[in-house]
Amino acid sequence: MAKGILGQKVGMTQVFQEDGTAVPVTVIMAGPCHVLQIRTLETDGYEAVQLGFLDKPRRLAIRSERGHVAGLGSKRSKKRVTAGVELPKRADCEPKRFIREIRGSAEGFQVGQEVTLAMFDGVARVDVIGTSKGSGFTGAMKRHNFSGQRATHGVKKVHRHPGGTGCSAFPSRTMKGRRMAGQYGSERVTSRNVKVVRFDLASNLLLIHGAVPGPNGGYVIIHESNMLR
Amino acid sequence: MNHDLIRLVEQSSLKASPPEFEIGDTVDVHTRILEGDKERIQIFSGVVIARSGAGTREMFVVRRIVAGEGVERKFPLHSPRIEKVEVKRKGVVRRAKLYFLRDRIGKAVRLKERRGK
Repeated sequence: MAKGILGQKVGMTQVFQEDGTAVPVTVIMAGPCHVLQIRTLETDGYEAVQLGFLDKPRRLAIRSERGHVAGLGSKRSKKRVTAGVELPKRADCEPKRFIREIRGSAEGFQVGQEVTLAMFDGVARVDVIGTSKGSGFTGAMKRHNFSGQRATHGVKKVHRHPGGTGCSAFPSRTMKGRRMAGQYGSERVTSRNVKVVRFDLASNLLLIHGAVPGPNGGYVIIHESNMLR
Repeated sequence: MNHDLIRLVEQSSLKASPPEFEIGDTVDVHTRILEGDKERIQIFSGVVIARSGAGTREMFVVRRIVAGEGVERKFPLHSPRIEKVEVKRKGVVRRAKLYFLRDRIGKAVRLKERRGK
């Protein structure tokens, strides 16, 4: 069964454990999500559960987004019903802001079902996927952890430069894949195997040990970790 | 909305009645420390020279002179290991951070006592 949920990063703080150790935690508002669609081997070639998180105002949702979560009663759908075609099941909820699929068997899920943190009961470690903060065009030191050059000893205005980028007369070019300055951040990042500190089912909060990629308010996907320990 | 949720999370780690003291007070900080498998209380006494942070992250700094050498310890206010903070003497101070005490030695370190109320 696919154990996953969508959420929003709230921010970081620290909590004390009973023995007095302070634990740095990231607070994630996870769920409740609606199951919008179920992918099956027969129709899609793979198995997954499509979840939607947070309502989007109807005036902002385009027609296809509204039609994805509820039947719109269009002329064409009425025609299809009269022709005897069975329409796909809809979740009958508000349009969603953040929609992602969780791969895995869809056993026990139905379209329209509400998914909450309760399904994570007993899960000790999870993977958290988010979009990292964008840093724009960044130098090699920050982007690839290059060492740069010396501050003194005759180094002239190249203190944060990457240094040499290849060979000489042969091959007279820089090899592909050479790490250089460029766009950094704003990409999908997975924090694997992070410890779950606490659940708060009443207010849908999940406390995760340490940091999570992305800014406060950024959307994250959380699923059970597949690493053994 | 974000701040409310963070506050909600911190609620469980906050002390119901945090120890009461002010900057410039001379205090005894009772900390529980684990020695082997036995627990005992250690007392650190000195002057509170700073408080920082909010919520569960609130900290306070206590300064004292040990064998002619200044020693400062920073404690988390809401840590369960802080058993209690006893105020021994109130001090008259006019600022929130008493870092100027670091530059003083001997008699100059003393703060005037605040009496009554």
